[in-house]
Amino acid sequence: MTRSGILVVVYFIVYLLAQVMLFKQLVLFNTAFCFVYIVFILMLPMETNSTVLMFVAFLLGFSVDIFYDSLGLHALSLVLIAYVRNLWLSTITPQGGYDTGQGPTLAVNGLQWFIVYSLPLVFIHHFTLFFVEAGGFGLFWYTMSKVITSLMFTMTIILFLQYFSFKRRR
Amino acid sequence: MLRLINFLFQYRAFITFLSLEILCAWLWVESSQYQNTKFFNSSNRVAAGIMGTAQGIREYVSLRHTNQELSDENAQLRTLLNRLNEQSEISTRTLDTLVRYEFVSARVINNSVAQFKNFITINRGEDAGLRPGMAVISTAGAIGKVKSVSPHFAVITSILNIDEQVSSVLKRTGNFGTIQWEGTDPRIANLLYVPRHVRPAAGDSVVTSGYNAVFPEGILIGKVKKVSLDKEALFYDIQVELAQDFNSLYYVRIVKSGLKSELDSLEFVTIGERQ
Repeated sequence: MTRSGILVVVYFIVYLLAQVMLFKQLVLFNTAFCFVYIVFILMLPMETNSTVLMFVAFLLGFSVDIFYDSLGLHALSLVLIAYVRNLWLSTITPQGGYDTGQGPTLAVNGLQWFIVYSLPLVFIHHFTLFFVEAGGFGLFWYTMSKVITSLMFTMTIILFLQYFSFKRRR
Repeated sequence: MLRLINFLFQYRAFITFLSLEILCAWLWVESSQYQNTKFFNSSNRVAAGIMGTAQGIREYVSLRHTNQELSDENAQLRTLLNRLNEQSEISTRTLDTLVRYEFVSARVINNSVAQFKNFITINRGEDAGLRPGMAVISTAGAIGKVKSVSPHFAVITSILNIDEQVSSVLKRTGNFGTIQWEGTDPRIANLLYVPRHVRPAAGDSVVTSGYNAVFPEGILIGKVKKVSLDKEALFYDIQVELAQDFNSLYYVRIVKSGLKSELDSLEFVTIGERQ
């Protein structure tokens, strides 16, 4: 196994444990959740085959589900953004294309690009997750408030993590 | 044939996507059903172990509160014991209750209140005699039902779960209703199906009815907070403030009903005759 392969496995475990031991307890105002494990899928290298990406997403989502007692729910949302991710990445290619061998990070592509990249994906994830869990659009505005507040919370944490690793790399 | 293979290969990403999503959806629907898979939930050994560690750390913060709660309960039980001793003979009613129900105490190792379907994981399982379907209560009131058990842990469907319904009764008027959580405020549940002719008032106690043989009769669920009645509605809209604060739930008790199988089999026979 290559060094980057081992690193991916380590990240997988770190994000999973962080999610279920720490961020599962962090719920603000009873509506704002932080699903930080999405970062793992967002940060995988650009060239990752989308089939592989989806299987990894399924595995991570499934593991998170075991802890949330919601078998299938997180897996479903995460597989969805894993599928959309590569399509979205090719849609928003900056002029001159991406540098090969670089991850889709804030450090490489800048803040504006990063928000354009991550915000819709995180939104899709949260939207699917909360509406599937609610079992329909019965509580539309309440569920929507959960989606929006969670989106802000998760994005804040994601940006924080990005700046943190950005400084370290420099 | 070659064209088919070509087609499949060309759309392999989409086909993988579709089949994975169908698998997830199936898992989700399946697990929302009442009693389900034994292994893939938070009662499995690894998951429960990890969460138990995290909970252990958090518990130190709440030690003072938990102590207070336990000593309060202790005092309460002591009073009860004294009162019982004062009576010259144990009434038949008490004896009856003793045979009917047996209690197992357990520690909460995982709990949530903000999801639409909340579950609680506890540190007792099959080895303590737990079975799916048993009632769970706390010192304050009703908590939920056991959903699935592993050898050493169990998952409880909390009352704070949009799928959960508890048969209940307004203590003062004696009218039956159903407690169901709406999915929003973890302190408030709704009491459904109370007909118009009843006169419920804010402050009335809502207790379990004992109709389902899961919960013992008369376990407190909460107090009526707000009553409203639409002009043409058949039933009241009643908001009930739950007796247990699910945010600070550390110890629960599982009710082992000694007569559940007897009641179930009796009802089964009756239903069979009716058909």
